Amino acid sequence: MRLKSIAAVALASAAIGAHMPAQAETFRWAFQGDVQTMDPHGLFETMTLGFQRNIYEGLVIRNETMETVGALAESWENISPKVWRFKIREGVTFHNGNPLTAEDVAFSVERIRSEGSDLKVVAGLIEKTEVIDDYTIDFHTPNPDPILVNQLEIFYIMDREWAEANGALEATNVKGGDEGNFANLNANGTGPFRLVERQSGVKTLLERNPDYWGRAPTNVTTAVFTPIGQDATRVAALISGDVDMVYPVPVQDWERLEGADGVAPLAGPEARTIFLGFDQDRAELLYSNIKGKNPFKDMRVRQAFMHAINVDAIKAKVMRGASQPTGLMVAPAVNGFNPQLNEARPAYDVDKAKALMAEAGYADGFEVTMDCPNDRYVNDEKICQAAASMLARIGVKVDLLAQTKSKYFGKVLAQNNYDTSFFLLGWTPSTFDSHNPLSALMSCRQGGMGAFNLGGYCNERVTELTRMIQGETDQAKRQAMIDEAFEIHLQEVGHIPLHQQPLSWGVSDNVTVVQRPDNVLDLRYVMVGN
Amino acid sequence: MAEDAGPRLGRRLPDVFQGDIWHSFTRAPIVVLSAAFLVVAFLAAAFAPWVAPYDPFDLASLDIMNSVMAPGEKGLAGETFWLGTDDQGRDVLSTIIYGARISLVVGIASVLFSLVMGVGLGLVSGYVGGRLDAFIMRVADIQLSFPAILIALLIDGVARSLMPRDMHDELAFYVLIFAIGISGWVQYARTVRGSTMVERDKEYVQAARVIGMGSGRIIWRHVLPNVTGPVLVIATIHLAIAVITEATLSFLGVGIPPTTPSLGTLIRIGNDYLFSGEWWITMFPGVALVLLVLAINLLGDWLRDALNPKLR
Repeated sequence: MRLKSIAAVALASAAIGAHMPAQAETFRWAFQGDVQTMDPHGLFETMTLGFQRNIYEGLVIRNETMETVGALAESWENISPKVWRFKIREGVTFHNGNPLTAEDVAFSVERIRSEGSDLKVVAGLIEKTEVIDDYTIDFHTPNPDPILVNQLEIFYIMDREWAEANGALEATNVKGGDEGNFANLNANGTGPFRLVERQSGVKTLLERNPDYWGRAPTNVTTAVFTPIGQDATRVAALISGDVDMVYPVPVQDWERLEGADGVAPLAGPEARTIFLGFDQDRAELLYSNIKGKNPFKDMRVRQAFMHAINVDAIKAKVMRGASQPTGLMVAPAVNGFNPQLNEARPAYDVDKAKALMAEAGYADGFEVTMDCPNDRYVNDEKICQAAASMLARIGVKVDLLAQTKSKYFGKVLAQNNYDTSFFLLGWTPSTFDSHNPLSALMSCRQGGMGAFNLGGYCNERVTELTRMIQGETDQAKRQAMIDEAFEIHLQEVGHIPLHQQPLSWGVSDNVTVVQRPDNVLDLRYVMVGN
Repeated sequence: MAEDAGPRLGRRLPDVFQGDIWHSFTRAPIVVLSAAFLVVAFLAAAFAPWVAPYDPFDLASLDIMNSVMAPGEKGLAGETFWLGTDDQGRDVLSTIIYGARISLVVGIASVLFSLVMGVGLGLVSGYVGGRLDAFIMRVADIQLSFPAILIALLIDGVARSLMPRDMHDELAFYVLIFAIGISGWVQYARTVRGSTMVERDKEYVQAARVIGMGSGRIIWRHVLPNVTGPVLVIATIHLAIAVITEATLSFLGVGIPPTTPSLGTLIRIGNDYLFSGEWWITMFPGVALVLLVLAINLLGDWLRDALNPKLR
């Protein structure tokens, strides 16, 4: 039911179900940054995982209307409260010709437990696996977990034999130094496209897999992905016909695309929330002039930051009116969103912020370094710059370290021991359920939870509620728990939610695509030509 | 002094202000205009904090609601932004004045760096000759086979990877001066070496040697003053190149950080908005850069002609 409202489908349903391509069709598209890695367990990033889903697949998949349906699993059932049994689809082969079996699934679960894995949040959901036969596998969960299946969409299955033969038993570590991992540069999945050529940072070439087991209406035979960092260059490439689709289109260029021939902007609300976070864990900040204590441990400082950031100004000027300011860490499209709580965001009030800073003993402010990606979210660096100048008004001198997303993620994530004091991050719940951000971003870092809680915000009650939400099936009770957890987080300023960014694609009239609310482009539904 | 009395092929600095050159200067209106523009630009840059309407580097004074205002528009507090504002709400006119200051300081400092290094090596190379000369000149040849921008990029890249990350912004300024400076010394060295070799065999130098003067003193007192003319011309034209190189590096994102932008950084920031109708963010810094470089070049060209008797 919750999925009905979120399907932003741009493709006419008539096009779905078209037959296999009769002729070669090439589709070229560009994003502002590169796919981080070909390793499906290397980075929990919607963009990277969204690209990989054309090559790799999970047990389940979301189709063009965002419904979760079986992919490599044919069916699944809860044989006891803590055990899920999956029936693996027979007759599926990897791109190298190896058949898919339950052993590959068990291996992939082991692989996401390896040191470099960024999917430990998924690994934490599964206590152990038990292979029953070639096509049956049981997942034992630590607690009763009725929503487990929804969380498995981004967990892709890798061929055990292929990984063993190529020494890619461990996931590629985003921290760096592991670029030689075979799975980082090569891919072998079950998906509708196979990797032909990978030039990191330059281009990635995919080719249709003629033996694909499933349904993929696309007529694309060759797909070329290119990262184009410069906003203006990316838009120019679309208009000149060098690429068929680009994203994101800088919000200030929407009008231009509407005026240009043969291309059109494709916009919609994205389920991604952009927010700021602080290191509340360390006794002393890594990057600040305050020594011996951590100002962010003081709730008044966090509240002051909240009051100092003018989200409406960011919306009006940086996002050109195209963002949705938010008080919650989830978007309206996400199950558990509560409009009343969303309105409860503390108002922009510089005087109050200054007073809070003075109360906390930082009347003269302090210095802190801010980590920011510059090619991940819509206008990410510009948002950070705006935040820096707003914080300057309450005496906080922000040293902005804006860098390309591979360097940014390699610095701030768990694999590099959360090397940040203050950061901007965006999050789309891959399950479209509030439990996902509560568990990944807002729970204490323990037992697989809080893996992306970069600042180490920790409130035992929120963590406890998150555990209860996972097992609760009564919707009313569940919503009450979600509300309580969000309320505590908002009141304690665990993070500063800023806004939901718009989906901002530019598409050539020659192609039709399905625009998903998580900003993923699925090649399965791309049609080239009329 | 008596030892200054040698014949001169090159010209000394004071000669520039002798009658005929001054005369040729006043008769070329474009050159006068260029010089006047440069004087204004240098003064504005030098006194930027007093000349610029706002301090664009003071984050606390910026208001995001004042961002991307068109030229002539009025801001929240009723102030007028004559050249508009950029994406962070900085007054474009002020950023240009501050930006030109950084561009010029980097330009002049790197020219001085090149000049000292190039003239020094050229003098030694030309005067000493032999293996040392061959070695220095082969290094120069090798360096000349790479475009200067490539060398600057290389040095910048190496310096960045060697430095701790949080020092990048603070040291970017000095790294840039070093990178541009070292990519430009060859021109000076070659020219000075040529002139030095000519002077070295002149009778007055031999006379100085006969009365027992040391090599260092001869180079300093006799040779150097006679090779300064061409060096001055090269330095002027090199200043234009250095300013352009700095702008190019900053445009490519490896130069001056955006928090204290130079002209090149400003053009890069504005480039994102060029197609969106907000042309002023990149256009005005671009025009400022063109005018600055054009004026320096015109002056340099004139200086070359004026100092070369054959072209007069």
